[in-house]
Amino acid sequence: MTPAGLEISGGETVLFWVIAPLMVLAALGLLFVKRAVHAAMCLVFVMVSMAILYIAQEAPFLGVVQVVVYTGAVMMLFLFVLMLVGVDASDSLTETIRGQRWIGLLIGIGLAVLLGAVVGRAAFPPAAGLNGGDPGGVANPQGLARVLFSQYVVAMEAVGVLLVTAAVGALVLTHRRRLTPKQDQRAVADARVRALPDGVVLTPLPSPGVYATSNAMDTPALGPDGEQVPQSVSRVLRIRGQEKAAPHAPGTELVETQAQVGGSRSTGTREGEA
Amino acid sequence: MDITNYVVLAAVLFAIGATTVLLRRNAIVVFMGVELMLNATNLAFVTFARMHGDLTGQVLAFFVMVVAAAEVVVGLAIIVTIFRTRRSASVDDVNLLKG
Repeated sequence: MTPAGLEISGGETVLFWVIAPLMVLAALGLLFVKRAVHAAMCLVFVMVSMAILYIAQEAPFLGVVQVVVYTGAVMMLFLFVLMLVGVDASDSLTETIRGQRWIGLLIGIGLAVLLGAVVGRAAFPPAAGLNGGDPGGVANPQGLARVLFSQYVVAMEAVGVLLVTAAVGALVLTHRRRLTPKQDQRAVADARVRALPDGVVLTPLPSPGVYATSNAMDTPALGPDGEQVPQSVSRVLRIRGQEKAAPHAPGTELVETQAQVGGSRSTGTREGEA
Repeated sequence: MDITNYVVLAAVLFAIGATTVLLRRNAIVVFMGVELMLNATNLAFVTFARMHGDLTGQVLAFFVMVVAAAEVVVGLAIIVTIFRTRRSASVDDVNLLKG
């Protein structure tokens, strides 16, 4: 640990200049990407790259912990919550507070300039490095454990208590107390029959359409009158705006489709080969 | 290459995370911005540990990770609860205290 000075190898330089721009790009994706799931993927990329940088910076233990804790646990938790929550399209781009976007952007750029100025003007000591090329140096997990369990043992215990408290707190927060009697099958059926005069259908909702050109979940079925039945497409797809039009909606392309069916045996075989 | 490049990278990532918190309106994405800021400080900690030849920086980064994990658990639980009652995860819709 003598401050013999640290030579950063050429390999590490290349690694840094490859990874750092990609990390900044992915972090900017967090700012500009529209869907929350894509933002989560960008953040996963940033965190895995961060783990690589930790390992390059003589912190192998922290690199492994970064992968296990952040990408393994935290981001998976984010994705689970997105599955629970993400159906609503809450990322509308209309401003509710006027000028908030520009003020926010200004503050962000100001922060970046300020931090850059501080880092640029600070006088850093010559880098000492942890190992100094010595394989038995302090930068291995054993050295870290020695510091953690001697100097910081009280903090370690407090952090353990904090983790248990957080787990219990999350359980309490997400626990739902039942305020109304349980809706069993009988009650649901009775409620449907009672709502019959209000135009509620008694039968299950129609299933999505299956056509020669598509049998996907996002195309609505056609009713007996030739109109599309919007209820036949899943609510989630309708909210996201991923619903497609039926291939022959109200009378438009019906003749054309018949012509295709009549005179395109070759088309069918081509599709079969593809 | 100078080792301060890592510090510059950490500063850039921190600023991007802060801007995300200020600009985005989906509560989950705002939360991801907070995570990015915590990660950026961790990178600075690890770099300073290497710069000074002292492992304390790495220990502090470790503690930041643990606290961040606890914070994520509680924060996401709150978001789920709010979504259940308000059917929305937008930070602008939480205005129950407004008259």
